Amino acid sequence: MENNGKIYSISGPVVISTDLDGKMFDVVKVGELGLIGEIIKIIGNKYTIQVYEDTSGLKPGEPVTSTGKPLSVELGPGLLKSIYDGIQRPLDIIRSETGDFIIRGATAPPLNESKEWEFKPSLNEGDDVKYGYIIGTVQETDLIVNKIMFPYNVSGKIKSIKSGKFKISDTVCIVKGNDKDYEIKLKQIWPVREARRVFLKFAPEIPLITGQRVIDSFFPVAKGGTVAVPGPFGSGKTVIQHQLSKWSDADITVYVGCGERGNEMTEILTTFPELLDPKSGKPLMEKTILIANTSNMPVAAREASIYTGVTVAEYYRDMGYDVALMADSTSRWAEALREISGRLEEMPGEEGYPAYLGRRISEFYERAGRAQIIPEDDRVGSITLIGAVSPPGGDLSDPVVQNTLRVTRVFWALDASLASRRHFPSINWLNSYSLYLDSLSSWFKNNVNKDWLDVHSLMMGILQKESELQEIVQLVGYDSLPEKQKNILDIAQIIREDFLQQNAFDDIDTYCSMKKQYEMLMIIKTLNDNQEKAIDAGRKVSQTTTLPVRSKISRMKEVNEEDFDKFYNNIIKEINDEYNSIIEGVENV
Amino acid sequence: MSNIIYKSVSQVNGPLIFVEDVKNASYNEMVDVILENGEKLKGQVLETRNGVAIVQVYGSTTGMSPKSTGVSFTGETFKLPVSDDMLGRIFNGFGDPIDNGPKIYSKEKVDITGAAINPYSREEPSEFIQTGVSTIDGMNTLVMGQKLPIFSGAGLSHNRLATQIARQAKTLNGDEKFGVVFGAIGITSEEANYFMRQFQSSGALSDSVIFLNLASDPSMDRIILPRVALTTAEYLAYEKDMNMLVILTDMTNYCEALREISSSRDEIPGRRGYPGYMYTDLSTIYERAGKIKGRQGSITQIPILTMPGDDITNPVPDLTGYITEGQITLSRDLNRKNIYPEVDVLLSLSRLMNNGVGSDHTREDHRGLADQLYSSYAKGKDARSLSEIVGEEALSDSDKKYLKFAENFENIYVNQGNSDRSIEETLNLGWDLLSILPVEEMKKVKPAHISKYGKWDNNGK
Repeated sequence: MENNGKIYSISGPVVISTDLDGKMFDVVKVGELGLIGEIIKIIGNKYTIQVYEDTSGLKPGEPVTSTGKPLSVELGPGLLKSIYDGIQRPLDIIRSETGDFIIRGATAPPLNESKEWEFKPSLNEGDDVKYGYIIGTVQETDLIVNKIMFPYNVSGKIKSIKSGKFKISDTVCIVKGNDKDYEIKLKQIWPVREARRVFLKFAPEIPLITGQRVIDSFFPVAKGGTVAVPGPFGSGKTVIQHQLSKWSDADITVYVGCGERGNEMTEILTTFPELLDPKSGKPLMEKTILIANTSNMPVAAREASIYTGVTVAEYYRDMGYDVALMADSTSRWAEALREISGRLEEMPGEEGYPAYLGRRISEFYERAGRAQIIPEDDRVGSITLIGAVSPPGGDLSDPVVQNTLRVTRVFWALDASLASRRHFPSINWLNSYSLYLDSLSSWFKNNVNKDWLDVHSLMMGILQKESELQEIVQLVGYDSLPEKQKNILDIAQIIREDFLQQNAFDDIDTYCSMKKQYEMLMIIKTLNDNQEKAIDAGRKVSQTTTLPVRSKISRMKEVNEEDFDKFYNNIIKEINDEYNSIIEGVENV
Repeated sequence: MSNIIYKSVSQVNGPLIFVEDVKNASYNEMVDVILENGEKLKGQVLETRNGVAIVQVYGSTTGMSPKSTGVSFTGETFKLPVSDDMLGRIFNGFGDPIDNGPKIYSKEKVDITGAAINPYSREEPSEFIQTGVSTIDGMNTLVMGQKLPIFSGAGLSHNRLATQIARQAKTLNGDEKFGVVFGAIGITSEEANYFMRQFQSSGALSDSVIFLNLASDPSMDRIILPRVALTTAEYLAYEKDMNMLVILTDMTNYCEALREISSSRDEIPGRRGYPGYMYTDLSTIYERAGKIKGRQGSITQIPILTMPGDDITNPVPDLTGYITEGQITLSRDLNRKNIYPEVDVLLSLSRLMNNGVGSDHTREDHRGLADQLYSSYAKGKDARSLSEIVGEEALSDSDKKYLKFAENFENIYVNQGNSDRSIEETLNLGWDLLSILPVEEMKKVKPAHISKYGKWDNNGK
């Protein structure tokens, strides 16, 4: 069906076509080059199209054809280990076909059509099937088994099902429906702007363990949770996103580089294949999908990249996996919305952003969650959404930040002043929060230690008191503080420097297990208890700072996981011994 | 089609003209605008809708009237003829020579918009560039293929620093020389003369291509200039295997030109009147830095911008900082103390530093030493502000040491003048300065490095 329209006007990524036979959000091919676009407004005979590629050189009168389908992604085995642009064009294939620069109009199938996969059926002829049923499996990578699911909107009885090697577009199963037979293939197609359906969403109660101390121990995020990470440039947003995609215990990681730097995507591309997953020892790429729409790539594709990413994430969630999606950065996505909205001459809301910004942001974050997929089996998967926000000038009153904070449950406030003194991760411990603390505390009690919450509150309390005391020090000087308060400043400094700070680029420190985190906190707690005891016995804080055990504590993060138990037992004993000797032996000094 | 001259201009509005009854002007194509007196100006189609083309005119629209102006469409986007004969030459914003030399003719004509580098084709920049400036080499290391802007303010030494970097930059193995593309965007003729003199006296001119748009030149040309400069650099880097250093100054003028066009198009303004698409627009300039797998050359960018009112939250530095891989920030305080180069290391950053330092590139202690200098200097500055309130006498002994460290750091490490320090010298100087602080507080450096490079005696005093 040829629906030939004609270009009427061109302004940047926005093209208006006349005489097109298209529906809202249909994908269209624009001009002689066949640039990919999407219908976003229809007024009378005028169809407004946002084009996903540079429109230079297009002329009025050139043809426009509609594909009759909304913007969709192909879902199937082969997604893992891939790198796509915002509209699921495989960048590695595009490179081998068109060279180092992205040429307009370049296309390639998103999934490898010629690769054969070993399909093992899990249902039999004659079985009744409905949406979401798993009809068989394919070993997609060493780490991940792809569960081939029955597509949406059809149901029936299996007429035939095969096993063996198949390409993604081969039919593996034929289902007799009410009116006709359906051919089921390894791949399926899903429109990106539509959330995939689930049966039931649960309250999140399992933490996503990230190996980052300030996150796991102070501001934890739940599997299926939502996180906003706002911060000015240079505050370490990207490093945090990279660390989470490397070390979090999610089964699948989807990393969306949305309008960010090209060299950063390259860094991921070069480091991930070399890094090993801490759980399985396999290369991280085996569980990773990258979507890269760098800042200089077309702005409309940047708008789509977030949706492409989350749809892929939903596909793996539906198989029952825990998926973590990092979006860096949602501000760039919002700016793409603003740019297109401006070209459409829509009435702007705050700061020139379209009035529907808040709705679009909440729609996106609503696609997170932990859910049972279908009522017929107990498959549960989750999507954790972690969105970096880049507010102009670090100003948190920015509309993108404010709209994001309304819908996210964890807030990691990145602080430029911490970053400039090289306190990394520069998550400010006074401004950040996690609303999952209550719902996760029973998991921590059962899996880490029953007094986890008490230790957590003690440490947070010390840090809060420190900030109050520092104001007093500014006025009256350190020396006029009572010893108890000096102790708080002393312990707070240890928490900040020896616990909260974590070096992402150090081989040992880059990942810290929950157990080690807890033991590190217990060391600090033991130190605090002893120091308070010493003060009660009339000793001074300044007497304790030169104890040999103190320099060991300051190096505790460098002790590796295997040796930490031994280190822990020794150091607790040393702390007790050394403080006892000060308390008892002070007369000799 | 270029022989049709449209006389159907209906509107002249600032730098924009509206041409009616144009059948098929293509988006972004170049046009010739012919004035009454026969003078030809260049222009570009910004928007085209059946019949009407909106053309942005480069140059001044002074004396233009709808009746007497003719427009002819070239059917092509802006293509620049490129050749290695461009080295040693001076051009205007369009790539036309202004040094009385011959015009550049070349079969190779390249679209100046440039295509985005496929992220999959990029090579991770990791080769250390020694600039000879301690605050950069030691603490905010520049690597080949990086884009590292200088955030400056009116009257600070950004020009001097940029020329010093251009003069001294080299790689550690083989002393590889850099070719320089210098793009002057709306700077004064005095500044331009300074740059020319510097290039001439250092002999760098023969390896340089210079593009000049002075403050008195039409502001619209400033939109084109960086793209012309980068297209030249890309040609020399990727076709001629040269390592290029691209210096663009002053990007604030570029952004102002962008704002000017935006307002004459009646677009909805974003922050401080700058257009909402400025981030995307700037990224199409900055993202053209990099290295490509399998190609010899590279493009390293050092854009310079002056922050209006020294305000780092102004959209120009703000959006730049979000695109570039770090920034070198100059400080007015240090400048007042007569320190050169007045780099405020605490506000500076190089995101690619980790790739270019360490035993494979510089020295194993580099990263830890830099972190230690950062946090010790930050502590020293805290002590300084505390001493301003309670007096230096009231400081603890430890704070006094840090205060002294901060002074030394600024006066010795930062304030290096024109000297060209090797990376060894820079690193050793860092250890020297740290040695007045207690060794047990050196938590950012590895103990092995302290005993190998540290300047403490055995007692750790």
